[in-house]
Amino acid sequence: MASRTRSDSGSSNVDAESADGTSLRSDPLRPSDHIDSVEQPVDESIAQPKLGPLGYVRFFWRQLTSMRTALVLLLLLAVGAVPGSLVPQRSSDPNGVIQYQQQNPDTFKVLDALGLFSTFTSPWFSAIYLLLFVSLVGCIIPRLKHHLDALRAKPPKTPARLERLVGFTSTTTTTDAAAAIDDARSLLRRQGYRVARYDTAGRGTLGAGASLSVSAERGYLRETGNLIFHIALVGMLLTVGIFGSFGYTGQRILVQNEAFTNALTDYDSYNPGRFADENSLEPFQLRLDTFVPKYLFQDGVWEPENFDANLSTRVPGGSWTKQTLKVNSPLAIGDTQVYLLGNGFAPVVTVRDPSGKEVFSGAVPFISQDANLTSSGVIKVPDGLSKQVAFQGFFCPTPVATSASCTSLSPYLTDPSKAVLQLSVFTGNLGLDRGVAVNAYSLNEDGLTKIAGFKTPVAGLQLTKGQRVDLPNKLGSIEFTGIQRFVSVDIHHDPTPAFALLFAMLILGGLLLSLFVPRRRVWIKALPGVDGGLTRVEYAGLARGEDPTLERAVAELAARHGQYLDGLPPESADSDPDDHARAERRITT
Amino acid sequence: MTATTLAAYSVAAIYSAIVVYVFAFIAFALDLSKRSAIAQAAQVSTGSTAAASAGSTVVLEKTTTAAPSVRGRSSRYQRTAYALVIVGWVVHLTALVLRGLAAGRVPWADLYEFAMTGTAIMIGVFIFIQLWRDVKFLGAYITGIVVLLLGLASVNFYVAVGPLNPALQSYWLVIHVFVATLGTGFFAIGGGLSIAQLLQARREAGGLKRVPLLATFPSSEVLENIAYRVIVIGFAFWTFTLMAGAIWAERAWGRYWGWDTKEVWTFIIWVTFAGYIHARATRGWRGSRSAWLAIIGFTAVMFNFTVVNLFFKGLHAYTGLPVG
Ligand code: HEM
Repeated sequence: MASRTRSDSGSSNVDAESADGTSLRSDPLRPSDHIDSVEQPVDESIAQPKLGPLGYVRFFWRQLTSMRTALVLLLLLAVGAVPGSLVPQRSSDPNGVIQYQQQNPDTFKVLDALGLFSTFTSPWFSAIYLLLFVSLVGCIIPRLKHHLDALRAKPPKTPARLERLVGFTSTTTTTDAAAAIDDARSLLRRQGYRVARYDTAGRGTLGAGASLSVSAERGYLRETGNLIFHIALVGMLLTVGIFGSFGYTGQRILVQNEAFTNALTDYDSYNPGRFADENSLEPFQLRLDTFVPKYLFQDGVWEPENFDANLSTRVPGGSWTKQTLKVNSPLAIGDTQVYLLGNGFAPVVTVRDPSGKEVFSGAVPFISQDANLTSSGVIKVPDGLSKQVAFQGFFCPTPVATSASCTSLSPYLTDPSKAVLQLSVFTGNLGLDRGVAVNAYSLNEDGLTKIAGFKTPVAGLQLTKGQRVDLPNKLGSIEFTGIQRFVSVDIHHDPTPAFALLFAMLILGGLLLSLFVPRRRVWIKALPGVDGGLTRVEYAGLARGEDPTLERAVAELAARHGQYLDGLPPESADSDPDDHARAERRITT
Repeated sequence: MTATTLAAYSVAAIYSAIVVYVFAFIAFALDLSKRSAIAQAAQVSTGSTAAASAGSTVVLEKTTTAAPSVRGRSSRYQRTAYALVIVGWVVHLTALVLRGLAAGRVPWADLYEFAMTGTAIMIGVFIFIQLWRDVKFLGAYITGIVVLLLGLASVNFYVAVGPLNPALQSYWLVIHVFVATLGTGFFAIGGGLSIAQLLQARREAGGLKRVPLLATFPSSEVLENIAYRVIVIGFAFWTFTLMAGAIWAERAWGRYWGWDTKEVWTFIIWVTFAGYIHARATRGWRGSRSAWLAIIGFTAVMFNFTVVNLFFKGLHAYTGLPVG
């Protein structure tokens, strides 16, 4: 591993020669523990004492940018991601995290200390991928430099003996050597090879032992693709990690006919990226006009088929325009996207004090609990009554007729007059004026007294549409006046998708090039006949990396070139049936 | 014909395909046991040559390759088995088409359908690869996996044809899921080849004397090369899957990547196979170690397909099975 070479990159193959006697100068640069690079004997006794501080730095850098380190880090990355799927994540499932905390408070503490509830932003996970990317950059830079040089270099010299190479074939012809080689050269050029002419003089001019040859190489795109792939990985990380922090996401429930303005205060929840500027939100407006769901009844269950939310939108200074929002097709407003997440019913209620004065009136979204939209919700009335009052309960669009508890039979509002609202009543401190953010859709029962409903002497309230009932303890009354629909939307401002897509395409394109473009060398050599004898032409190839079709390619080349030659068609010098197996071995060595 | 009849025919076709595959599996297994017998006989007759030339690796390899009676020619069992696979596949494809017609959409939108399409693709890839390389010796492995998956899916996860969940109504679904199953097919073959490679390497190192049938398999190095090429194709498909998935997620949920459970596993699988590719290029890792990574990778694919789909909570809950 600690091979002592002049190159900082840890490569040892720059000036080496391959087993076939060809120069590796135009080969891609590889870390020293790459399978293709020549293993160099380690002379520890000389190397060790001489390591100064700089030596150590170089040594560690070489370790970090070695194939083995990259491999180990990749495997760590895979293993490190596993916990992210085993326990709920704050980023994708915040409610799941809260639930976990309530159910297993002790394990929660341990796992939370390990950062497992935000695995992908935890210090240890970050450390793995940052190291991997440092290694990656350290690996790319020398390779990039080397490859740019290789692109300008000539194909390597023709080996003295082609017999040992892949697909060796020879033929004899009456065409003279110089003409044969000229044809070979233009043929190879046309096939996309880079070519160089190498001639050796024998005794006298074109005497015995002389040879003319073209050396050709192609498949530089393989390394180019590999570099593009790895560089685009870095690009992707930067895009997501840094550029992505300028975006924000927010959620909001839109009740029918209530306008929402894109401003911080109008969100139910708002998650800014690290560099997001909350004062620069574009103040467009959204309003839900109607919501048209479609379900299909099957095997005793209702399955969602289609949701259409008919919205009106307005950009600052514009007028309202109608648009339809569906699950898979977000609305784009400027460079902000609006997505349809959920939907449900919002019963409209009016609460009055004992004198009949309205103290609360409005549509309250109830969140669906099952496929039939049995929904639960909370109505909070902090002001106007003698005490703060909260209602918690269920709404059923199409209730089961016989059941005392509210269970819905269908997600449709089949008959609005039968829809039921069932509520328990609480009094006490709602905690709304403490300045702490409170979830509008759930009730914290601490500090509240339940005065009607399950487990209290007073039965809960049960209302159908249009009904008005009195509250216990002469607090006042509540009336169920109507039913509205609501949808929940996710609003996203993310400057990265275009860049992410660009890098994704570079990654994929680079990968395809680097996996499937064969990188190969071929040689065509012509040996002039002595004293007017026949010219002998030889063909052979050498794979650089995986190249399963090299053998066939050389055979085809020989056949093609044969068409230019006079005389016998090329014959295979090597027609052993085990050819293939042998070639296979050569390719891999 | 009504959708219900079409769906019923589809089920009948699937059960028929399973039966045919079971027979193919049996025939492949018989073929393997027959190879054992032949290989044992061959070992006895060539034992002396191998011992005499054991000094040189090259010559040793020559002995293994130059035993045409052991290698190469396929047995009658194998030919029967392979014909059965093709018959089973045609029936299987018919079942897919009928299911698609019954549903009026592509037949890969719930877990039962994923299994049905995924296994059809596995068999398809198995057949396709024969055009290039004879890997029929993997027949028992592939038909075994397919029978298991299809059987499990038909018995435990069958759901009637249903409408497409609104979140799935996108042509990205068609692409994303299809390419993912294509990738899975290649990884499955690659996994099988890697298992064979590991066993073969063990035999070549002087172990596994009790499994003579391995002598009829290609050398571990050849197995490794085929495995690599197959897996690399799978990896390209998987890379595309990851990207198509991100594009779809962007359209459906408003973010292209959110570390949802299924996304995490797609990522894990991708990184594992990237590791495999690196391992093949790292001195000291080529050979058995990288084969283990290929097997681990394929195990993760299967885990993702079964356990993650069934038991893990996340946005990608499209099993079509009743919730709760
Ligand atoms: C972010 C992590 C990385 C991923 C996902 C990754 C992935 C890949 C993939 C898929 C390939 C095969 C395709 C191709 O040849 O382009 C590959 C090849 C390669 N990678 Fe990486 N890589 C990563 C990091 C690194 C690092 C840090 C190094 C430097 C040590 C490195 C060096 C190489 C080399 C030299 C090859 C060519 C292998 C060969 O000759 O076959 N990679 N990488």
